[in-house]
Amino acid sequence: MNLLRELLENLRQFVATIGATTLFLGRVLGQVPRALLRPGLIVEQVHNAGALSLVIIMTCGLFVGAVLGLQGYDLLQRFGSEDALGTAAALALIKELGPVVTALLFAGRAGTALASEIGLMRATDQLTAMEMMAVDPIRRVVAPRFLGGVIAMPLLTIIFIAIGIFGVQVVGVQMFGVDSASFWSQMRASVGMDDIHEGIIKGCVFGLACSLVAVYEGFTAVPTAEGVGRATTRTVVTSAVLTLILDYMLTALML
Amino acid sequence: MTLLSYAPSKAGRAAIDSHRVHPEGTILDPNMAQSAPSQSEVARPSATDNLVEIRDVHYSVGKRPIFSGLTMSIPRGRITAVMGPSGTGKTTLLRLMTGQIRPDRGQILFDGVDVSTLSRTELYALRLRMGMLFQNGALLTDMSVFENVAFPLREHTDLPDSLIRNIVLTKLQAVGLRGAATLMPPELSGGMARRVALARAMATDPEILIYDEPFTGLDPISMGMIVRLVRQMNYALGITSIVVSHDVEELAILADTSYIIAGGKVAAAGTFVELKDHGSEIVNQFMHGLADGPVAFHYPAPDYYEQLLADKA
Repeated sequence: MNLLRELLENLRQFVATIGATTLFLGRVLGQVPRALLRPGLIVEQVHNAGALSLVIIMTCGLFVGAVLGLQGYDLLQRFGSEDALGTAAALALIKELGPVVTALLFAGRAGTALASEIGLMRATDQLTAMEMMAVDPIRRVVAPRFLGGVIAMPLLTIIFIAIGIFGVQVVGVQMFGVDSASFWSQMRASVGMDDIHEGIIKGCVFGLACSLVAVYEGFTAVPTAEGVGRATTRTVVTSAVLTLILDYMLTALML
Repeated sequence: MTLLSYAPSKAGRAAIDSHRVHPEGTILDPNMAQSAPSQSEVARPSATDNLVEIRDVHYSVGKRPIFSGLTMSIPRGRITAVMGPSGTGKTTLLRLMTGQIRPDRGQILFDGVDVSTLSRTELYALRLRMGMLFQNGALLTDMSVFENVAFPLREHTDLPDSLIRNIVLTKLQAVGLRGAATLMPPELSGGMARRVALARAMATDPEILIYDEPFTGLDPISMGMIVRLVRQMNYALGITSIVVSHDVEELAILADTSYIIAGGKVAAAGTFVELKDHGSEIVNQFMHGLADGPVAFHYPAPDYYEQLLADKA
């Protein structure tokens, strides 16, 4: 009985959070047109969310690609079709690994930074001070950061995929001696524009979701040290879960 | 709002002139000193002498009542102190006054307008007429002192950079921190942060300045500086001031009228002399800093001996 009550309570909270987040998204989107009038602020946030995540994205991209090369080669040579390594790895990176791993890394690097920054601004009265100066913090603080994340995420995804394919090539062609010409030509022949669109659409959707979660958690953080810490943790967890669920739904839709 | 009155060339020159005439920077902006009070008189001839009126306000957080029937009035152009023991909702009162939260019942009139009925846009327009100083300054930590003071101007006006620079420097000169313009907020002491916050609150030339615990945690020198600034802003510019604090000594120097809030209501009101000799027990306890009285030393708890024995069992 208690378990049931707890379950219902959790469900109620879950629905309430989704509702609150949606309302929040509405408020943010309402301020987006006015935020767009100040491109300087957005560029700054693209730099914060994107450029500063670049090193981690590139490093991870390289190693994910390299592992894909190792495993892919091992798998394909059992069927004697090592030449298909380029196609297999590129499709895996473009359609799945690129957007998903980038989103997870983005949540860990940029999402937490956003959430704790906004949370700390809340905890130190900076957001209230802005409101008292008749400046809407949603427009001045939240919207540019949200847009920065939304713009940066697909770009990071593309970079991740490119570096990943380079990693596959290093392992497959340089180390295992897969024929370079068939590696690239097979990839070019069988990866279509649809596949690339799928990857980019996923990158955009994940970017939207992760950025929204981060700014929402930061903005609604309990204004204490503990509250900001919790908001940061929740940002990572929620973003990761949301990314994987959305990934399934998007894949099912676009397959 | 008042910002629109800045004609670039005129105000720019005025800012520089004031700088020349008053090298010590005692007056922030000569235009404002004369125009702010007269403007509101002309605009609202019927307005009362009280800039803020709080009428029978009820407010509770959850089931805990904070205010039950609070009535106060803040006279225009004066310094009003709001005092009370910790936890009586002094900060809550400021949040009600500035429309950050709404009362359950009752009215809060700012210059005749009920704050709690305003839309977000109207509220923001109203807040341009208010300046608020937060307990810790609440400076934006990713901007320099200069940019902090320039922030409201950049957000609300299209003034050219050269003019913004002049306004910011005059405001900083008035609080004695022109030399600190390039510092970042973490490099400031507590007193300096508050003075920068004051300069920022003054940037939009408000009619009222609200100070939330301006003396808390300051050394006597910084405290003296803040006291001097509060007076200066009030007398030189005719700004209405509300000081929320429990530093009885500082308020004794500053306040024209004082309110003591306790138990969700006004416990006493009047000049400092009147409050010192007030008959009420709670006022007496507060003004003389007695450890026990109506505000008990012990937080409400079950019977001491019973609890000790029960825990043993």
